[in-house]
Amino acid sequence: MQSSDLSGITIHKARELLDNHELSSVELTQAFLDRIIEIDPLTRAFVTVTSDFAMEQASRADALIASGKSHSLTGIPMQIKDNICTRDIATTCSSEMLKTFIPPYDSTVTSRLYDNGAILVGKGNLDEFAMGSSTENSAFFSTSNPWDLDRVPGGSSGGPAASVASGECIFAIGSDTGGSIRQPAAFCGVVGLKPSYGLVSRFGLIAFASSLDQIGPLTNDVTDSALVLNVIAGHDYKDSTSLNQNIPDYTRALGSDIRGMRIGVPAEYFGDGIQPEVLESVREALEVFESLGAVIDRISLPHTSYAMAVYYIIAPSEASANLARYDGVKYGYSAVGADTMREALEHTRQYGFGEEVKRRIMLGTYALSAGYYDAYYLKAQKVRTLIRNEIDEAFRKCDILVTPSTPSVAFKLGENADDPLKMYLNDIFTQPANITGIPAISIQGGMADGLPIGLQIMAGRFQEETLLKAAYAYEQETDWHLLRPDL
Amino acid sequence: MRVDKETVRHIALLARIGVTEQDLDSFGSQISRILENFKLLEEVDTDGVEPTGHSSDLISVSRSDVGQESPSKEDMIANVPVMESDFVRIKRVLEQ
Repeated sequence: MQSSDLSGITIHKARELLDNHELSSVELTQAFLDRIIEIDPLTRAFVTVTSDFAMEQASRADALIASGKSHSLTGIPMQIKDNICTRDIATTCSSEMLKTFIPPYDSTVTSRLYDNGAILVGKGNLDEFAMGSSTENSAFFSTSNPWDLDRVPGGSSGGPAASVASGECIFAIGSDTGGSIRQPAAFCGVVGLKPSYGLVSRFGLIAFASSLDQIGPLTNDVTDSALVLNVIAGHDYKDSTSLNQNIPDYTRALGSDIRGMRIGVPAEYFGDGIQPEVLESVREALEVFESLGAVIDRISLPHTSYAMAVYYIIAPSEASANLARYDGVKYGYSAVGADTMREALEHTRQYGFGEEVKRRIMLGTYALSAGYYDAYYLKAQKVRTLIRNEIDEAFRKCDILVTPSTPSVAFKLGENADDPLKMYLNDIFTQPANITGIPAISIQGGMADGLPIGLQIMAGRFQEETLLKAAYAYEQETDWHLLRPDL
Repeated sequence: MRVDKETVRHIALLARIGVTEQDLDSFGSQISRILENFKLLEEVDTDGVEPTGHSSDLISVSRSDVGQESPSKEDMIANVPVMESDFVRIKRVLEQ
């Protein structure tokens, strides 16, 4: 098999080939490892490539397939973002702080994927500690967008998005705190799903902002997204915020009629500063939905404009507490030459963390400090309540909301690097889903100047079936998801 | 609001992050600019609104008090940067 044949191959297509014995997992995995050697010098989507481990897993997968006991992901090569723990395999968060960290355990998501037979071909690059929207904040190197190597893949799950778009793996696992799955999925033209808060265990996800973080899949199409969600969703006693409820087979929702589905279109997501082609794509998408019998309802979510401020108070505040654990004592980077513990701590954190991580820890520490707590953190939490009430109210009238995923297509490497605030504006459309805990997906909804445009769909809490049903219906009517970059 | 050098120095101390004079300037101006952006929250009337710490409705979670398998001691200390025999070595805590 030529490695170039693999670009865009879906999980369900590969499943057919594997189960019909037209291809073995060893052959498939080897082809992807070859593709990584060929393509990754261009995209730089991988922090670590796990060739030997992948080939061992592939042999075991072939034995399972031969005995007729394969699961949905058995023998399928995947990449996992490098802030999700993999036992005995370096998990760096793309930070000097964790460059040498070898986790003694697997995250729950990793275990579930392994148990299902998925093959780990490597770990994906990210903005350090998942803080960023371009993957330029990786302490190691930037990742390039496979559609245009001079542009960013988005972030923080830039490695996962670029690896799927470039055909270096069949699917990837990312994390999303304010848009970190959906924004890079939009920039790279793949499907990125942030599940409802509490649907997927966060155990073994290196914490950034615990009330916002969720793990989710990046895939070539909506069917694959449902297939991966089936495996990773579910209660886990190791994550006390994971919800104990029955998990349906998400693929069963795909293909059903969306006639009568009520689609809310919030005016606040269509304001100034949005690239005209992006607006045009969303308008065309709404026409597609209407042609399928959905009903469009123009609504208003006036508190949307406060979401970014709320996010940039809450996320850094939680981060400042979560990242207090990096002390150079238990694991990770440890500064040498200090005289006292306090000095050792200060040096470890000065040199172990990059600029953006330090900026956010400082911002969070400030927002939580005596005299400012009420004005910033408490105020943000109260506005969070209002945003949540407003979203809940919207979902009493609507089944889904349709918006752009991002205000523009992928920007150039270095373009926003010197201006944190400008970079933060990238996630204005994705943050509300994290603040309110609802599921949201970005699917490919158009092209502008050879670059993908992302269409975001949101649904009510734990309404993933409705979300996937709508996304699938759109995908069946359009061909955008079939386009792949020419690498 | 403008965050001055002394405030940045204080925050860095609370966060246990070593900073240079240059850091104090750059963090000061960047954080000031970001805080400026947060000002718009002041216009939102939040009187009588309860804060949301979490988007889920979970209140408290418990499980039965049954022992679970845990990783071995060797595994858990394998990442420690400085060990001395069976002990984790740190710098002195008391300052003169």
